[in-house]
Amino acid sequence: MPEPVISIRGLRKSYGDFEAVRGIDLEVHAGEVFAFLGPNGAGKTTTVEILEGYRKRSGGEVSVLGEDPQRGGRSWRERIGIVLQSCRLDPYLTVRESLGLYAGYYRAPRPVDEVIELVGLAGKADDRARSLSGGQQRRLDVGMALIGDPELLFLDEPTTGFDPSARRQAWETIAGLRDLGKTVFLTTHYMDEAQRLADRVTIIAGGEIVATGTPEDLGDRDNQPATISFRLPPGVSAGEVPGNGTPGAGGELSFSTPTPVSLLNELTGWALERGVDLDGLEVTRPTLEDIYLELTE
Amino acid sequence: MRLVAHQFRYDQKAFWRNPAAVFFTVGFPVILLLIFATVFGDQTIDVRGGIETTAYYVPAIITVAVISATMQSLAMSLVIAREDGRLKRGRGTPMPAWVFIAGRVGNSIVVALMMLALIAVLGRVLYGVAIPWGQLPELVVVLAVGSAAFCCLGIALTAAIPSQDAAAPIVNALLLPLYFLSGVFIPEDELPDGVVNFANHFPVRDFFEAFFAAYMPAGGGSGVDWGNLAVVAIWGVAGLLLAIRFFRWTPRGG
Repeated sequence: MPEPVISIRGLRKSYGDFEAVRGIDLEVHAGEVFAFLGPNGAGKTTTVEILEGYRKRSGGEVSVLGEDPQRGGRSWRERIGIVLQSCRLDPYLTVRESLGLYAGYYRAPRPVDEVIELVGLAGKADDRARSLSGGQQRRLDVGMALIGDPELLFLDEPTTGFDPSARRQAWETIAGLRDLGKTVFLTTHYMDEAQRLADRVTIIAGGEIVATGTPEDLGDRDNQPATISFRLPPGVSAGEVPGNGTPGAGGELSFSTPTPVSLLNELTGWALERGVDLDGLEVTRPTLEDIYLELTE
Repeated sequence: MRLVAHQFRYDQKAFWRNPAAVFFTVGFPVILLLIFATVFGDQTIDVRGGIETTAYYVPAIITVAVISATMQSLAMSLVIAREDGRLKRGRGTPMPAWVFIAGRVGNSIVVALMMLALIAVLGRVLYGVAIPWGQLPELVVVLAVGSAAFCCLGIALTAAIPSQDAAAPIVNALLLPLYFLSGVFIPEDELPDGVVNFANHFPVRDFFEAFFAAYMPAGGGSGVDWGNLAVVAIWGVAGLLLAIRFFRWTPRGG
């Protein structure tokens, strides 16, 4: 197995008496899109800024592309790209000029026009940054992080505060990074963003990692009990229905079960025998959102 | 060095497209020259045996223009870039941090030189104030020391400015009174001695005197007023030390 791109062991960070990050371990491998998910104040930005070399850690081991970010020099910076959580670009430079400025900072930059194409700003190349929408500015920001052709890209809450269409555009750009073979470290507090973009998700809350996995199996979602629910047929009391249902609002009856297939068979068999219908019949599994809320509350 | 030139080229573009920056560094000194020369135009000023008001105001307004192109413009543009997160973002690239500052300082010095030329030409064309070609070496020395010192002071001042909104008020609250008290806006023969003595504690007055002496040397002197220039340089070094100690790259707000 090749060495991980990012490796963190027992990372801690305190600000005075407050411990923002309380001993986390994680690894990110080459070519994966890794989402670091958590509510505001969970320690995401602190962690990502330690990885980017902006902050000093209070304890633990950190390696990014084989180097300690606190000592990362020019050649290390050539290999990473950074999109900060909030950064206003120079309002008076055009898209092409902003990229040209940053291209000059790197030894072997990607061609400016290629990057403009990549972030979907071809029609805006000669517009000044101030005239771009929030979503377009963010894509330019991603372009400026890509111009040095980095192996590893950090995106800190890339779509916070965006309207749905701007988010969708930013997502397309980020999804395109995977096709370029980049390793992406993404922080977000949007569950759907992690689900949509990431190969692997780690959830942080209160400075500690509370779950890690793929978007599908996160929080052991596959093995969580399913819920069967329907409206109680007219003239039938809850006690007459087999299984151990819980009556809810609006005459609804719901069942939590680890074996939904056999319970469903039993319930439908009973309904046919009684000659009643099970209106609004549903079988649901907990969504990623449910797991996330449960873990971070 | 190639990186500095690269950074400088883009800083120049951004500067000339920014209407507020151009107005305060280029337009404002020109307007001041026109107003002062028009209002006090046909008087003489009782310094160095009496000179015409317009001849007094040309070097005075160049002093203002140099300080606003360096200290004022640098303090404001660096605070804006810092609070926007651009300084922090630049630190995340392989570009050495000092290149960013060097590009801005280069921009300030080039604009200061242009303003020297512009005001000198306006003074010659509109008011017949001779351009002191013979004084060019002295002017270059004074301008070099002054620009460098006021750039350092501008960078140091950013540490005292908490937000973008506070930048213009803080810079102006410092500089405008000093222009008045140092004899730049109001000729020094109109000022009480106490005021001039007070202003002597600050570098605007020293730079003004040094620049005035270089522009209009009194009675065949060399024109370099080393005493005043040394005071300006000491202020500059103090600014540099403060800047090294207190300058920050990350936004203060949030």
